[in-house]
Amino acid sequence: MEQAGKIKIALAGNPNCGKTTIFNNITGAKQHVGNYPGVTVEKKEGHCKFDGKDLLFVDLPGTYSLTARSLDEVVARNVIINEKPDIIVNVLDASNLERNLYLAAQLVELDRPMIVALNMMDIAERMGVKIDLKKLGEQLGAVVVPLVGSKNIGTKELLDVIVNTKMAESIINAKVDYGAEVEPSIRTLTDAIEKTGIIKYPLRWLAVKLLENDEDVVAKVKAMEGTQKIVTLASSLRDGLKNQIDLDFYFAQCRHQFAVKAFNNSVVAVGTSDTLSDKIDRVLTNRILGIPIFLALMWIMFTAVIDLGAYPQGWLDTLFGIVGDYLGNVIVDEQLKSLVVDGVIGGVGSVLSFVPLIILLYLFISLLEDSGYMARAAFLIDRAMRSLGLHGKSFIPMILGFGCNVPGIMAARTLDNEKDRMVTILACPFMSCGARLPVYTLLIAAFFGASGYGGTVLFGMYILGIIVAVGVAVVMRHSVFKGEQEPFVMELPPYHIPTIKGVLMHMWERTILYIKKAGTIILGASIIVWFLTAYPMDVEYSQDFNAARDQVSEQADAQTAAILQSYGFSNIEDNAELNDMFQSMVAAADEEKDAEDSEDQDVQSVQQAEEMEAKPEYPDAFSDLQEKNPTIYAQALPLFDIKTRADDETGALDDKEKAEKLSQSYAARLGRFVEPAIAPLGFDWKIGVGLVACTAAKEVMVSTLATIYSVEADDAHEANLVTFLAEDPSFNPAIALSLMVFCLLYMPCVASLAVIKRETNSWKWMFFSAGLGVVLAYVFAFVVYQLALMAGLGA
Amino acid sequence: MNIVTLAKMEVGETGVVDALQGHGNIQHRLVDMGVVKGSHITVVKKAPLGDPVEVKVKGCSLALRMNEAAMINVAVEGGKQ
Repeated sequence: MEQAGKIKIALAGNPNCGKTTIFNNITGAKQHVGNYPGVTVEKKEGHCKFDGKDLLFVDLPGTYSLTARSLDEVVARNVIINEKPDIIVNVLDASNLERNLYLAAQLVELDRPMIVALNMMDIAERMGVKIDLKKLGEQLGAVVVPLVGSKNIGTKELLDVIVNTKMAESIINAKVDYGAEVEPSIRTLTDAIEKTGIIKYPLRWLAVKLLENDEDVVAKVKAMEGTQKIVTLASSLRDGLKNQIDLDFYFAQCRHQFAVKAFNNSVVAVGTSDTLSDKIDRVLTNRILGIPIFLALMWIMFTAVIDLGAYPQGWLDTLFGIVGDYLGNVIVDEQLKSLVVDGVIGGVGSVLSFVPLIILLYLFISLLEDSGYMARAAFLIDRAMRSLGLHGKSFIPMILGFGCNVPGIMAARTLDNEKDRMVTILACPFMSCGARLPVYTLLIAAFFGASGYGGTVLFGMYILGIIVAVGVAVVMRHSVFKGEQEPFVMELPPYHIPTIKGVLMHMWERTILYIKKAGTIILGASIIVWFLTAYPMDVEYSQDFNAARDQVSEQADAQTAAILQSYGFSNIEDNAELNDMFQSMVAAADEEKDAEDSEDQDVQSVQQAEEMEAKPEYPDAFSDLQEKNPTIYAQALPLFDIKTRADDETGALDDKEKAEKLSQSYAARLGRFVEPAIAPLGFDWKIGVGLVACTAAKEVMVSTLATIYSVEADDAHEANLVTFLAEDPSFNPAIALSLMVFCLLYMPCVASLAVIKRETNSWKWMFFSAGLGVVLAYVFAFVVYQLALMAGLGA
Repeated sequence: MNIVTLAKMEVGETGVVDALQGHGNIQHRLVDMGVVKGSHITVVKKAPLGDPVEVKVKGCSLALRMNEAAMINVAVEGGKQ
């Protein structure tokens, strides 16, 4: 098993024992997160070089037990049985040792050398707990290393013990005593298994599991050939024992006794409970204050995400603008330029600019999770959730759904009851995820920024999402998934100050998922949308735009020549003074326009944008030029006017040409195809394209609109998407509301659908989820649009 | 000794688990979390809406619904306060 210098270590422990912190301390960023084959349990592995040896750590799912009743537990024990790690490191919470030892009692049966990492020694000390490490080691048959994971104390000592293979070899696991009634049966069964010699599992463990009638083990043994005898023997032994003991609980009882014995023999002083944590809890789960505090925390979280996130988001927008401009100048080929600038930067850039918001959201969620508050939140509102037919724990997937539906759907795994899980999975996609946020903020900035109702509209979207999710859950729970509710047995872990490293890694893992999505699905969607909007290239125009543009420039040239002639020269360069003045004017005008553009980035409302448009005709710098040389200024001004007018006319022609081209593009054809169906919701073909494209991911709606409008836009009239939407006469606040509602409820994104398929293991439910989304989106958007029209928002 | 279900115990009362009623997933979950015959158990508090209830068992805090608490028979030893 052991290759030269290579050691494989499995990290096992209860949830909340600090296992992940220790794993992070050891492996740092060198982690690989994947899935166990065939199941959705997260597989975390990490490398570490220590003392010339290559250590491979597997972070097993945190579990309280190792039965066949939960997927996590089956996965954890299968890793140990099948992959046979060289060492098991069992992380025990010293401040909560007795309960933690129950898992240790099951780990010792798996026949691998065990090291106990006794974590949270600082908290145990604060509580007055004193543990005799040597005795604890003797009780378990393990080497004990004390640690404070949150302060990275004891990590080196743990690694020292791991690489000391001699020590590992000398470890002999303790045995759980199953009492005089059962031990003979175990012996009979082990002998029989040994004789057949086909089964590779730890003998005693296998015998115990067969007597316990562990579903998973029994099924596996049955599947092997030549094991018929053993299965029969086990069931006859069970029949013999049935009359003497309660087989269902007997084995667990014995393991608890083992744990209690180990605890009593090694703990010198029991200490008091964690008073600090208790004090905090008295406030946070207070009968009167508990729920208001919970609601306030949620409110602070969302406000902070939106308000603080806006700053870096603006910076990123500017940065992508600069990159786009630069590439636009560097790339010569027109089609490639269009693809890169309009398609890729326009699409992916507008989506990536939301990364700061997502990071912040995950920061808060990680803080809530790691501090132990999330479990309290479930405790506080379980009663309310239950009246809706949901489980208190469903709250966690739902809240995670605010970040991204994918981890939310995956978090539904924490629900053991199949029906509760299915209902939560199907309800979760209606929670307004971070990817919908760009759609809201865009439309709110364009149509509600000035009204002061922007925040209310945003809040309303989240509330509508919750209402629909709950409604779906209630209906499903009382129809398709009728039945008994899951037991609510949940640990309320002591409060911890989350470690910075832990929170950052948590945050990073999730954010990277979003960025990867932007890099793959959204990039692909952006390119497809760009192609659909940019092609076909050879469209038939209503007029010859090139000829029209030529005409404009010829006319301007003629007028300029006429004026110059009246001044007495044929070319403007003949008079240096006049030429300088003219060039200064052009430069000043350009400068003014650039400044306006960059201000546009921060335009929060249409009104502001309009104020800017209504500025005086000539830039401020012109008055300086006039003062400097009034005569030449008067001469140059008509020339400048001619140039400006010509530029405007050319710009208008460009606009018209692009609009004509776009209206004949594949995208427009597609959009027009769906237009009759979506017209009652107030949507035109452009939104139709967006709706088709955003089946890939909701935020693609923004990048699609950005691509469509940037194709419409031209160099002379550059502004951001907010302004374009606000100025588009076919758009209005009623449509914006309708579109927001539609995006909220519309079918889950591709990534979510894939996860739904995986988690429910059924195509049926995946298609059901997609269909439900489309139907609800249509109905709600229709109602909202009609109501908005009645409220006079249609203008 | 006075044996009642956990659901009937007042906040602050403590006792020893005597038996679990029934055989199912719920019972196994409880056992895995340390609610097993012989464990000391204390009612710490109730949630603002009266349910679930927080108990302390084997030094750790658990939240249980009243439904589940009603399946746990406890030999009451006395109140803390």
